[in-house]
Amino acid sequence: MLHDFIAFDFLRNTFYTGLLIGLIAPLLGTFIVVRRLSLLADALSHVTLAGIAFGLFLEKKTAITFITPMYGGMFFSVVGSIFIEKLRGLYKAYQEIAIPIILSGGVGLSLIFISLANGFNTDLFNYLFGSVSAVSYHDFISILVIAIIVVVLIFFFYKELVVLSFDEEHATISGIHAKRIHLLFIILTALVIAASMRIVGVLLVSALMTLPVAASMRIAKSFKQTIFLSIVFGELAVMIGLVTGYYFSIPPGGTIVMASIFMLLGAISYRYVHKKVQKWGNEE
Amino acid sequence: MQKTPVISLKNVNYAYEEKTVLENINFELQEGSFMGLLGPNGGGKTTLIKLVLGLLKPTSGTVELYGKPASRFKNKHLIGFVSQKSNAFNKGFPATVYEVVSMGLTAKIGYMHFFTKKHKKIILDAIDQVGMAAYKNRNIGELSGGQQQRVFIARALVSKPKLLILDEPTVGVDSENVQRFYELLHRLNVEKGITMLLITHDTGIITQYATDIACLNKHIHFHGKPDDYIAMNEADLSNLYGHPINKVVHDH
Repeated sequence: MLHDFIAFDFLRNTFYTGLLIGLIAPLLGTFIVVRRLSLLADALSHVTLAGIAFGLFLEKKTAITFITPMYGGMFFSVVGSIFIEKLRGLYKAYQEIAIPIILSGGVGLSLIFISLANGFNTDLFNYLFGSVSAVSYHDFISILVIAIIVVVLIFFFYKELVVLSFDEEHATISGIHAKRIHLLFIILTALVIAASMRIVGVLLVSALMTLPVAASMRIAKSFKQTIFLSIVFGELAVMIGLVTGYYFSIPPGGTIVMASIFMLLGAISYRYVHKKVQKWGNEE
Repeated sequence: MQKTPVISLKNVNYAYEEKTVLENINFELQEGSFMGLLGPNGGGKTTLIKLVLGLLKPTSGTVELYGKPASRFKNKHLIGFVSQKSNAFNKGFPATVYEVVSMGLTAKIGYMHFFTKKHKKIILDAIDQVGMAAYKNRNIGELSGGQQQRVFIARALVSKPKLLILDEPTVGVDSENVQRFYELLHRLNVEKGITMLLITHDTGIITQYATDIACLNKHIHFHGKPDDYIAMNEADLSNLYGHPINKVVHDH
């Protein structure tokens, strides 16, 4: 089944890119989920959409070609992430208010740029729901660079990120620069979203960051194991999603998310059965 | 020569916007002491601790840790802190006891450095000291309130602090385990020489273990030995606080 993915160049790019985002999305997603910031990823993905629309608009209406939709998305996403932080600082008691503000702002801007670029087209559709065939070699290299940056930074700041996620107050008191680490984290999130949208699409990016983690948390016994299993589930979802998407001509965003949901159901059932068996064993 | 006190507050005032919370606070805490800080809710106990931790700056006056201004105190690993809010952590956080305790070393190890075998031993020792060795691979959210508090003590101990500050650590701990918890603190105070500053409402138990008692309600109303505190009658205390006090003291 995987034969075509190795044989054709355009599919090979997709396949390797898929492997990369199957790693970085759940890796960062674990921190996002335990910090209860899942909706933030959603808001950021909509800002990314505005950047993509901006890039498409430039591509169509001007001679500017170096700002591709992907770079546009990445730039908007990073700026949006910093905005969210500022807003959360302004509304300390209503931190979630930053999410609808950024989310609606993103969708509003997207609509404006989409109209200016003369409406919907296949490119935009691919960005919204992902694509098996639209990943160019150039996209792959950009995503590879992002993946390396994300993995290296998480490796070096792993212990600080864990402390910050578990107990922000303790992190500050013990002398960790909580604000700076948090900013790093939020920018990484923006980058991962921008990198993942080629495959899963803007609308479902947050799913790949949260669903594998939700499944993993039902089974894992430690934080490290949660990350590890999230990545395993993420990779499986991307592989299954890409292959089925390709053979049935469905945007991979849809198939990847459905694969994640089936794995989540599997993890929930596993936990349920495991508990029953344990209880039964204890009664013996 | 007199030793530098661990904590020293001189003429400290603190106000949140217009509201004065602390007024003319003066006290010193010597090395090896065990201070119980008592007082009504809203009396400024937590604010005082935030000043000591350098999280807040006094409106006027000086707060010093080991002779240095608290807000610029660099050796943060010398101070362990167990918050009132420790208990309000995300109970679904998928971390083991070992992982939680290791977090206490993060800042001390420093950026771009990693845990080594030496650190692993220190972490296991700290877990052992609070009597949680059997639970080291258990998920923190599955433990009882008292066990969780022990884990947070271990997290504070792991950086080898000389001062341990605890803000109502026994809230949410069942009464049987409160006594055991104080015995643990007492042992750390006596055997390890760790100076203790403890905010509490357990007025009965604290007088058995503390070397110093202070009562705070905007001012320091009483600062002295536990025996003197016990000797005061309820009328005196009520006068100090400005409202009736129900002083519960256990006789042993």
